[in-house]
Amino acid sequence: MPVLRIFRLIFILIAVMAGPARADDAALRTMLNGLANADGFAAIEKIVGDIAATGDPKAERALGALSSGDLYVRKADKTVLIGKSKTGGYVLSDPLTGDVAGEAKRSEVEKIKVNNTLRRVVREALGGLTLASVDPRARLNAAETIFKSGDPHAIPTLDAAIARETDPAVKERLMEARASATLKAQAPVAETTAALETIAGRGDREALSLLKSYEAGAQGELKDAAGAAIAKIEQTLALWAAGQNVWYGISLGSVLLLAAVGLAITFGVMGVINMAHGEMVMIGAYTTFVVQDLIRQYSPDLFDWSLPIALPLAFLVSAGVGLIIERGIIRFLYGRPLETLLATWGVSLVLQQTVRSLFGPTNREVGNPSWMSGAFQLGELTITWNRLWIVVFALIVFALLLYVLNRTALGLQMRAVTQNRRMASSMGIRTPWIDAMTFALGSGIAGIAGVALSQIDNVSPDLGQGYIIDSFMVVVFGGVGNLWGTLVGAFTLGVLNKFLEPYAGAVLGKIAVLILIILFIQKRPRGLFALKGRAVEA
Amino acid sequence: MRGMTASFTKSLAAVAIAAGLAWPSLAQAQEDTIKIGILHSLSGTMAISETTLKDAMLMLIDEQNKKGGVLGRKLEAVVVDPASNWPLFAEKARDLISKDKVAAVFGCWTSVSRKSVLPVFEELDNILFYPVQYEGEESQRNVFYTGAAPNQQAIPAVDYLMSEEGGSVKRWVLAGTDYVYPQTTNKILEAYLKSKGVAAEDIMINYTPFGHSDWQTIVTDIKNFGSAGKKTAVVSTINGDANVPFYKELANQGIKAEDIPVIAFSVGEEELAGLDTAPLVGHLAAWNYFQSVDTDANAEFIEKWRAFTKNDKRVTNDPMEAHYIGFNMWVKAVEKAGTTEPDKVIDAMIGVSVPNLSGGYSAMMPNHHITKPVLIGEIQEDGQFETVWQTPGLVPGDEWSDYLPDSKELIADWRAPMSCGNFNVATGKCGGKGVN
Repeated sequence: MPVLRIFRLIFILIAVMAGPARADDAALRTMLNGLANADGFAAIEKIVGDIAATGDPKAERALGALSSGDLYVRKADKTVLIGKSKTGGYVLSDPLTGDVAGEAKRSEVEKIKVNNTLRRVVREALGGLTLASVDPRARLNAAETIFKSGDPHAIPTLDAAIARETDPAVKERLMEARASATLKAQAPVAETTAALETIAGRGDREALSLLKSYEAGAQGELKDAAGAAIAKIEQTLALWAAGQNVWYGISLGSVLLLAAVGLAITFGVMGVINMAHGEMVMIGAYTTFVVQDLIRQYSPDLFDWSLPIALPLAFLVSAGVGLIIERGIIRFLYGRPLETLLATWGVSLVLQQTVRSLFGPTNREVGNPSWMSGAFQLGELTITWNRLWIVVFALIVFALLLYVLNRTALGLQMRAVTQNRRMASSMGIRTPWIDAMTFALGSGIAGIAGVALSQIDNVSPDLGQGYIIDSFMVVVFGGVGNLWGTLVGAFTLGVLNKFLEPYAGAVLGKIAVLILIILFIQKRPRGLFALKGRAVEA
Repeated sequence: MRGMTASFTKSLAAVAIAAGLAWPSLAQAQEDTIKIGILHSLSGTMAISETTLKDAMLMLIDEQNKKGGVLGRKLEAVVVDPASNWPLFAEKARDLISKDKVAAVFGCWTSVSRKSVLPVFEELDNILFYPVQYEGEESQRNVFYTGAAPNQQAIPAVDYLMSEEGGSVKRWVLAGTDYVYPQTTNKILEAYLKSKGVAAEDIMINYTPFGHSDWQTIVTDIKNFGSAGKKTAVVSTINGDANVPFYKELANQGIKAEDIPVIAFSVGEEELAGLDTAPLVGHLAAWNYFQSVDTDANAEFIEKWRAFTKNDKRVTNDPMEAHYIGFNMWVKAVEKAGTTEPDKVIDAMIGVSVPNLSGGYSAMMPNHHITKPVLIGEIQEDGQFETVWQTPGLVPGDEWSDYLPDSKELIADWRAPMSCGNFNVATGKCGGKGVN
């Protein structure tokens, strides 16, 4: 019976392996259960310190849960368990093994409260525990945490970790973490100088922060070395900061472009001063909200697709509203800019209040799909995904619009009507129909801009108000009647604004941009790219 | 000509009939009920915050009527909409007092709306209950300030962050929207921080326009400012609407509360409703009330509120509690005075003490401010706050800040014989800076 023997052997092996582990578990468990009686944050902090001192990686789950506020005390037997909330109560699980340990009602358990200081302590404790993790990303995070905390006690553990590390990226981070710990450890001069060099080589904000706090407490030669390292890092960071400003400018420009490109059609091409343009953007944003709300209710798995689904709908809804406004009001007012201005202003108030009555005055939550959350690092640039996607999206919308205007029959007719209405009419183009379609197109584009803006701004009835002035500014600056002008205008204003902001502040920066535009319009009343020939005003 | 006379007579008759019909019922209504004015914007930019307060007041009045009203008479709410338009606030206030003959008005949110109605209340001698945290530097006989003064919100918040428990913060970013409340609060905070030994280069002050939506540069600035090797915190007086993009940017750029906590004075449960709070857990807010406060009074209040609004997800917030306190104080003062005549009620108000929702009593002080506890709460994943710290006792509202050179010698005491909103203790005379 060899099979049975093998089974038995395995059994014994497991028992041998589990034996000492269980003893450790018991010690850990006692410490954890101590949390049930801990009074105040300081007491909890002490227990976390004790657990971290055991260096037992099994505590990772419990500490992680504590930090995210998922650790609860079961009142009946004063045991500490992980709780995941579900309707009416919690599903409990063991804090060390993760095994399910029953359920509890809301009143049967008590949450162990955490604050920021405690979260930091836990993070540092976890840093020490996860250095030996099999997942390279966890090791990287651990190294990063120790780099920030610079705990001198971690040096032996770090040395061991460096010796067995195979991943070069993680190894580099570990070396930096060791250097950071060395600074705090009052090591000999040579060792400290080497550590300073390692940290200076990293060259980012974290390194700068560390060096600055070291410099404040250092003396003599070492202080100078730290000072030199700081100067070097600051120099590179200044270059990156300029790059960052350009990126922020492009990103702001793309938002301006999105908001303005619809207006470039209704105002730029048709000459209608449409004060309700912002509300079209707002309607697009609310369409996104409704789509997301329905998705949340009926098929939460589709959430990441909510924006692609919302795009065509937002276009249709806004274009529909635009069509109604054009047919109902604006077509009676062509050639009377003042009346149009007042009428569309009125329409914008009506739309705002309608949305307020339908959806309530409070902000609505439009979530970011996972592919639009967070950021990635490009050198010292932090680029957030939502901004990057909006830049890409704005350019796609712009390209599509160019295509529609220059390569389709509708576009051809639109241009014909705006350039010479009577001639176009004589050639058999139904100009009123073209007007309606053009206005609907402009409104629809504003609607899809709303989908994008819902990702970075409030979804509230006032959403559009914030963009209407900027949109007009972009269109006027870029040159009325010229799509390329809108593109260049939007990005110019974006970058200009972002370069002024660090020096002048957000408020003054905005004022300065406005004044510059006014001066520019004095010099070139038709904007950057004036339409030549017998055009619009004919 | 004849036609015109005829139609004129006809319309005159119509008016007379209408008036005849309307008059008795109107007179009766005035006999029977006590009118309460509600002056909160229901449209325009401030509707987002103020509509809730209108609903809260309607609920409180409804509750009081169920208990039999006040002085044996029922209460009647008169709701007007000043539409977030500051001059309209003054007009509507005048209508409420002189046309509708209200006994008291509950209203306003922004400081500028309050400043715009002040002369009206003074002239027509009525009462305003102002429920929102504000910058202080004011005490007016006709106004009762039930929101927090700076020392009931800003100063304890900074104290908490400076303490070991709050993270021993050494470097401060004071970020706010560019108007009077953040400007004055930041001025007070700056003076306070300097008095605590914080160096000028460790304070960064930043203002943004209303509704600012592009926070990339500022969040990066905060990140850079925070990398000077000292523990850094952001004190935010950013106003309502701009907060959502601000917090979204914070979350996306990965600023964690453990590294750079943001403590906000204008972000409550309502504002968080438009946000996914999972990446914001641990960022802070300082208020005198949180929905999560665990007391029987609060549980009952929330239950009634949800039943009244027929929405079991409706959140409550700090200014609502301020109206709750203010309204109950008014009821008590009216009962004490035996009349709703504003002049007598104003005198009866001082010293009135009513239960608040955080488990204690709030009292009206001679300077027309109230005593409240100060709570520091952390944002949780469910959009609620969890109290992590609170002042050991009640904090009395200080109308004239002790940290500003202009106002440190001023006090307010509306009891006779002083009856002064800006008494200068150095000169012993009534009248210094400020209104009236």
